[in-house]
Amino acid sequence: MIEVFRWLIWRELALALRRKAEVLTALLFFVIVVSLFPLGIGPEIDTLREIAPGVLWVAALLASMLSLNRLFADDYVDGTLEQLVISSQPLALLVFGKILIHWVLTGLPLVLISPILGMQLGMDMDSIIILMLTLLVGTPVLSLIGAVGAGLTLGVRGGGVLLSLLILPLYIPVLIFGAGAVESAQAGLGVEAHFSLLGAFLIGSLILAPVGAAAALRISLD
Amino acid sequence: MNFFTKAFWLKLSSPKTFYPFAGKMIPVFMAITVVLTLVGLYYGFVLAPPDYQQGDSYRIMFIHVPAAWMSMWIYIVMCLFAIIGMVWRTRLSDMMAGALAPTGAMFAFLALWTGALWGKPTWGAYWVWDARLTSELILLFLFFGFIALRAAIDDPQRAARASALLASVGVINVPIIYFSVKWWNTLHQGSSVGLTQKATMEDSMLTAMMVMTFAFWAYTFMVAFMRVRNEILEREKNSAWVTESVTQRVSEKVEGK
Amino acid sequence: MNLPEFLDMGHYAPYVWGSYGVVAFFMVVEVILLVTKRRSLLKSITRLARLNSKN
Repeated sequence: MIEVFRWLIWRELALALRRKAEVLTALLFFVIVVSLFPLGIGPEIDTLREIAPGVLWVAALLASMLSLNRLFADDYVDGTLEQLVISSQPLALLVFGKILIHWVLTGLPLVLISPILGMQLGMDMDSIIILMLTLLVGTPVLSLIGAVGAGLTLGVRGGGVLLSLLILPLYIPVLIFGAGAVESAQAGLGVEAHFSLLGAFLIGSLILAPVGAAAALRISLD
Repeated sequence: MNFFTKAFWLKLSSPKTFYPFAGKMIPVFMAITVVLTLVGLYYGFVLAPPDYQQGDSYRIMFIHVPAAWMSMWIYIVMCLFAIIGMVWRTRLSDMMAGALAPTGAMFAFLALWTGALWGKPTWGAYWVWDARLTSELILLFLFFGFIALRAAIDDPQRAARASALLASVGVINVPIIYFSVKWWNTLHQGSSVGLTQKATMEDSMLTAMMVMTFAFWAYTFMVAFMRVRNEILEREKNSAWVTESVTQRVSEKVEGK
Repeated sequence: MNLPEFLDMGHYAPYVWGSYGVVAFFMVVEVILLVTKRRSLLKSITRLARLNSKN
């Protein structure tokens, strides 16, 4: 079982490195969207600092969602997905492997580039650190929940937009506590409550989402 | 129709038996709806006095609160039917889930609409980001998602199972979403007044609200049954029993003339 | 309370009747749509039956 898991991880990484452009898309989207806000709202740094947590989190959310199509689509098209499903390995574990790599390639970059964007929006260093931590805990949750939606909408027409409609309501609690933590930090207040909840979301989705996504794949492929 | 036998309920789960049963129930529910609505409106507009603070505008509450309750109840019942349909593979359960969804979405929208029209004269704004209205908006999105997913998948079996999974995920998330939004709202709210402040409740007001809620329930049953019957006709249009039943009905009407 | 006063709803008429009106509208329209759908389904089934019986 572990060998299959390791094989899967290597395969995902190898395929992704061959298609670097797609990996960068989510990152670039994140950067561009964040840059749009000052252009739309005005360069007044105090205003930008105030809206920064919300803007950064919403942009991360959207970037995450955009990249979800890549999670299963290619394997679905070339038949690998079906092989994974009918294999004797626990599907939830295989799905978890895919989600893990997907997050490393699309979620983790967002975390790493967020300090630059935070500085662009006038945030102070302490808040930026909190921002990175919330994204570090939160973006995996987005990938995990998103995987269930991606599994459900596999090969469905209008898939991308439909996926957004299905997933965004479920993203709202993560958004509320993620952005809320950063705002709280900016105001000099405590962030323990926020992180407890984000942590709870992470644990909950780690346990449930791979199972849910596996079920979704079985439904879509039968 | 002996309601107390297991055989009755088992038979009912086949579309062929359910179709005439539902057909007989529809006028019953229609009658109940009309009667309860009239009684509720009588209590609400004739017996209940104007509110001390809000005057007559509070009377919107008699449809706003029932609509909101209905949207939540329908979502839960819809999810239950969807899950039953997936676990026990009964098609009729899935059809009921699909039949309830549009009505649930409608009530969610009406809750928002009446909430806006109630909020404007009372608190000066059509929309406030309070916990309940915001959660109601998200519930509307959840309904839309459910309906959209079913519409996008052509294969009815896959559509049933996919939407059942989606509904299960949604039902777990609704309390989480509600809690999160509530927390978010109390954090951001400056002053104390929110849509949670109800009018000082008199008995007649409470009665009106309860009666209207039951009226909406009867309405929901009626409409859901109508929708399921249409769905049955559509899905089974090539089967013998449908053709027989329909042509017999048509010839009866012709003879009746 | 007389009729003009009742309709006025203490100057809140547009809000109260706007609410009740829209609710009533949607509920009535929903029923009408379902009845219309049923009629068209019945028509198409009878047509189908007639075609099949001719064979």
